[in-house]
Amino acid sequence: MADIDYQIVEDAAKELYIRALCDLPPDVREALKRAYDKETNPTAREVFKAIFKTIEVADEHKTLICQDTGLPIYMVKIGSQFPWNGFQIKKRLDIGTRRATQEFPFRGSSTHTLTRVNPQTSVGEGLPVIHYDFIEDADHLDILMIPKGSGSENMSKMKMFYPAHGISALKKFVIDTVFETGANPCPPGIIGVGLGGTADLVMKLAKEAIARPVGQRHHDPEIAKMEQELEEAINDMGRGPMGLGGDITALAVHIETAYTHITQNPIAVNTQCWPARRARAQIHPDGRVDYGY
Amino acid sequence: MATTHHLQTPFSDDVIRGLHAEDIVYFDGTLFGIRDLTQIYMFDQGHTPPVSLEGMPCIHTAPSLKKVGDTWEKICVGTTTSTRMDRFTPDLIAQYGVKAIIGKGGLYEGSLKAMQKHAAVYLAIVGGSAALETLQIQEVEAVYWEHLHPEALYKFRVKDFGPLTVAMDSHGRHLFEEVKEETRKRLPEIYQRLGIEA
Repeated sequence: MADIDYQIVEDAAKELYIRALCDLPPDVREALKRAYDKETNPTAREVFKAIFKTIEVADEHKTLICQDTGLPIYMVKIGSQFPWNGFQIKKRLDIGTRRATQEFPFRGSSTHTLTRVNPQTSVGEGLPVIHYDFIEDADHLDILMIPKGSGSENMSKMKMFYPAHGISALKKFVIDTVFETGANPCPPGIIGVGLGGTADLVMKLAKEAIARPVGQRHHDPEIAKMEQELEEAINDMGRGPMGLGGDITALAVHIETAYTHITQNPIAVNTQCWPARRARAQIHPDGRVDYGY
Repeated sequence: MATTHHLQTPFSDDVIRGLHAEDIVYFDGTLFGIRDLTQIYMFDQGHTPPVSLEGMPCIHTAPSLKKVGDTWEKICVGTTTSTRMDRFTPDLIAQYGVKAIIGKGGLYEGSLKAMQKHAAVYLAIVGGSAALETLQIQEVEAVYWEHLHPEALYKFRVKDFGPLTVAMDSHGRHLFEEVKEETRKRLPEIYQRLGIEA
């Protein structure tokens, strides 16, 4: 395996960050169009028109949709037959992220959490965020890149309910979060909900929920029903695009679940803004890279 | 019925009083960029801007720019959340004659009162639409207090800057609050539908 060229991972990481910032996924574009067709509030319709113009300008000029380049998150899935070295992959994701920032160039948003010194690299201690998982019977590496903007990330909420609080407390938490966060997370976006797990896992589930293509339902029909129900309820609240009023407050509600402790009933909400940015690469053992969303 | 206005800076009191919540605004002319640090420097540390802001709009931004020789070129200019800068706004309007604040999410009661008293408005931009804003900025005419960059004081020349929604007008209307109240009224029915005991 001495001839593996890890430069491929580095180049893919750079390409993914830039692609994610400039090219909105087709499912998000379509969801926005469907939302516009349903919207009846004149102010909200103006907001949608500005959104479509922004997407058009970013496409035409290959520029950033939003100035907030966010914090870089990579969700890496390693095929069980993929023979590359994991440490090298991690190292190259870091270098690729820096290169995207400095070579494009765009604003690095990462900063020291106490001194607030910004290295203008988008990385630093603990960054980029990388989640690892494995794929059974696959020989490729799957990398999903999400630049998470702060307008929405700052609106994240998490709570450890008790079993006695039941499902109704979870639903209320989602509705109240949307009510309280109002215009700040740049609606209409994706409301990502994590249910179950531990304190750390529940927020990761919420993050996985916002990474799912818009409108794709959970495989469990009961969870899918809850997504649908919350989605309709949130849109009936009338907060509207950018909190200025209207029929569409969320493009979708996505829920991800995990088993939890017999004494726990945790929930996390991670909201994604309307520019629900993400980009995907599949790297094959022969070095081929396929890009997608 | 909401009206669409095409304006030119500077804005007179009459023009501002003619704007009502829900109206749409586009404008040409000068736009100043300010952020948290710009206003901490002005109001907490007592520095007077080296340029007049009288009659002008100010946008809440930390722009991505690059300096080529003596001139600044735009890379990406977007808008940030306004509430963080609420406490400076009444003074910005009263002392410096700023006529429009542009941002996302709106401001609080004190700012609304200053807008009523001194004829000023809050114009909501679509958050996340930096690509469009950047295109509508024709030129970075000046950067004052360069050492504060990317939170300095910026003078941009803009064309057809918008669409902006009048979200707080000079007659006391606050669109974000109105929408929030309307939502609050709908909550009991929504809780009931979801089987939530409020």
